[in-house]
Amino acid sequence: MGSENGWLIHLRGVHKVYHRDRIEVPVLQGIDLDVREGEFVSLMGPSGSGKSTLLNLIAGIDAPTKGEVRVAGESLGTLKPSKLAAWRSRHIGFIFQLYNLIPVLTAYQNVELPLLLTRLSGKERRKRVLFALDLVGLEGRAKHFPRQLSGGEEQRVAIARAIVADPTLLVADEPTGDLDAKNAADILTLLQRLNSELHKTILMVTHDPHAAERAARILHLDKGVLQP
Amino acid sequence: MKYFRLILANLLRAKRRTFLTVFSIAVALFLFCTLRTVITSFEASLRASQATRLVVRHAASLVFPLPLAYKERLVQVPGVTGVSYGNWFGGFYQDPKNRFAQFAMDVPTLLDLFPEVLLPQEQKQAFLSERTACIIGRSLARKYNWKLGDAIPITGTIFPGEWRFTVRGIYDGKTKDVDENTLFFHWDYLNESLPEGRRNLVGIYWLRIASPDLAADVSRRVDAIFENSPQPTKTETEKAFQAGFISMIGNVQLLLTIVGSAIVFAIMLVTINTMMMAARERTREIAVLKTLGFSDGLILRLVAGEALLVSLFGGALGCGLAALAFRESDFTAGGFFPNFRVLPETVLAGLLLAALMGILSGVAPAISAARLEIASALRKVA
Repeated sequence: MGSENGWLIHLRGVHKVYHRDRIEVPVLQGIDLDVREGEFVSLMGPSGSGKSTLLNLIAGIDAPTKGEVRVAGESLGTLKPSKLAAWRSRHIGFIFQLYNLIPVLTAYQNVELPLLLTRLSGKERRKRVLFALDLVGLEGRAKHFPRQLSGGEEQRVAIARAIVADPTLLVADEPTGDLDAKNAADILTLLQRLNSELHKTILMVTHDPHAAERAARILHLDKGVLQP
Repeated sequence: MKYFRLILANLLRAKRRTFLTVFSIAVALFLFCTLRTVITSFEASLRASQATRLVVRHAASLVFPLPLAYKERLVQVPGVTGVSYGNWFGGFYQDPKNRFAQFAMDVPTLLDLFPEVLLPQEQKQAFLSERTACIIGRSLARKYNWKLGDAIPITGTIFPGEWRFTVRGIYDGKTKDVDENTLFFHWDYLNESLPEGRRNLVGIYWLRIASPDLAADVSRRVDAIFENSPQPTKTETEKAFQAGFISMIGNVQLLLTIVGSAIVFAIMLVTINTMMMAARERTREIAVLKTLGFSDGLILRLVAGEALLVSLFGGALGCGLAALAFRESDFTAGGFFPNFRVLPETVLAGLLLAALMGILSGVAPAISAARLEIASALRKVA
C-alpha cells in the first residue's frame, strides 16, 4: 500500500496558515515527513505547536496552504471532495481524544458506521463488527449505548470503529488525553498490539512523554516546525 | 436502506421535538384534507347534477314557495318530458344537532325523474303505497342504524311539530357522487297535515327535458309564462342551481385555498426551523461521519431524508386521520355536505404536499451539513 520509495506518509514543504480576523496565523511551516508502513510514530509538542493540524492534513480532513501531502500512494491535494471522502473511508482510521461516538447508536452500530460505506453484506458487516469489538475486549458491550460505557470503554469502541474497515493508517489525536492512568495504559497497550500483531501503521499525537514512549519513533513539533 | 436506522436514530434522539413536529405537520395536513374535501364535496354535488334536469324556483328567493297549480302549466311546456316537485323540510332527529336533508317529494315523479336514486322494486312499491313511508340513503341508514320498518320521529322547524315516518326503502346512489344522506317522504303527507293557508305550495319544481340542448329555450319559456304573475319563476339547469347555491356563501374555493395555503406555509416555516436546529446541534457528529468517509452527498441525503421522513409521517397521519374521521363519523354538516368524504386524490395531494414540505424544510440544513468543513467543525466544538 506504500507509495513509491516505500513511504506510507510522504510530506514535502507543507505549510498551513489560518486566517483569524484578517490576521494570518502560520501553524505549520515547511514540514517534511516520511513514515514507513507498519511504523508506530508519536508526534509530541506543546499546545499550539500544530500537532493536530498536521494529523488532520495526513488524515485528509484538512488541506495544506502549500506543499504536498502524499499518503497511501495518493496526493491528497489532487482529490475532489467526494474522492477524498472515499479515500478516507478506505485508508484512514481516526481515533479522537473525546471518542466522538454517536450517542444515539449502540457500540455495535457505532463500530458498523465505516462499513456502511462498503458493499459488504449485512452478515459480513456483523462478522467484522463483532471481530473488532472482540479485539478491543468489548464483545459483551455491543448493545450498550455510549452513555452506558466508561471513558475507557468508549475509547475502545472508538478504536474498534477506527480499525473495523481495516484501514491503511490509524491516526490518533491525544487518544489518552481524557482518560485516567489505568485506562490510558490499557489503550496504549491496545494500540501497541494493533501495531505489532496486525502491523497497523499508527501516527499518534500526544503531549504525554510516557504515552509517546510506546511508539517506535517520536517526533517533536514546535511552532510549526519538526525538530531534528 | 442500511442508512434508515441511522436516520431513525437521529429522529428519535429528541423524541418530544420529533413528536411535536410530526404532530404539527399532521394537524396542517388534516386541515388541508378537510378544506380540500369541502371543495371536492361542492364539486361532487355539481357532478351529480343532471344536464337534462332543470330547477324552477321563485324568482325572488328560494324562501318563497310557488303554487302547486304551476305543475299543469309546466307539463305543457314544449321540450319538458316530466315534472316533479318538493319542499325542503328542515327538521332534526331527536336532537337539533342531528340534522340531515329531508325532502317532501311527489313520490311517483321523484322515482321517475331521479334515476340515480336506486331502489329495489319491492321497496319502491312499499314506498309508493304508504302515505307516511319514507326512503333514506344508505349512509344515513348506516349512521343511525336504521332498518326497513323503523319509525323515525322528526321534529319539524319550517313545518313545526313531531312527524313520524316509516322506513320502507334504503336507496343507493348510482355513482359515488350521489348523496346518500337524504330522507324523502310523501309531499301529500306534508301538504295534508298543514293548515289551510299553507297548503298546495311547492318549494322547487324539477323539470326533465328531452335534451340538454333545450335547457336555455325551456328555461326562457317557463320564466316567460310566469313573468307577470304574483309568483314569477327563475329556471336554470340543476348544475347552475347548485353552483348558485354554493356561491351564496361567497368565493368558497378561493377562501379555502388561501386559508389552507397559509396553514401549510406556517407549519413549513416551523419545520424548517426545527430541522435546522436539529442539524446544527449535531455539527460535531456530522463532522465525525465525514471523517469516517461519509461524502458530502451522502450527508446531504441523510439530513434531507430526516426532514422528508418526518413530513411524510406527519402527512400520512394527518391525511389518514382525516379520511378515517369523516368516514367513521358520516359527517354531513347538517346535510349541507351530503357527500363529505376524503377522496383518494385528496389524500394523494396531501402526501405530495407533505413530501414537498419535507424537501423544502430539509434543503437548508442538508446543504449546510454537506458544506461543513470537518477540521473547523471539530475545532469549534472541541
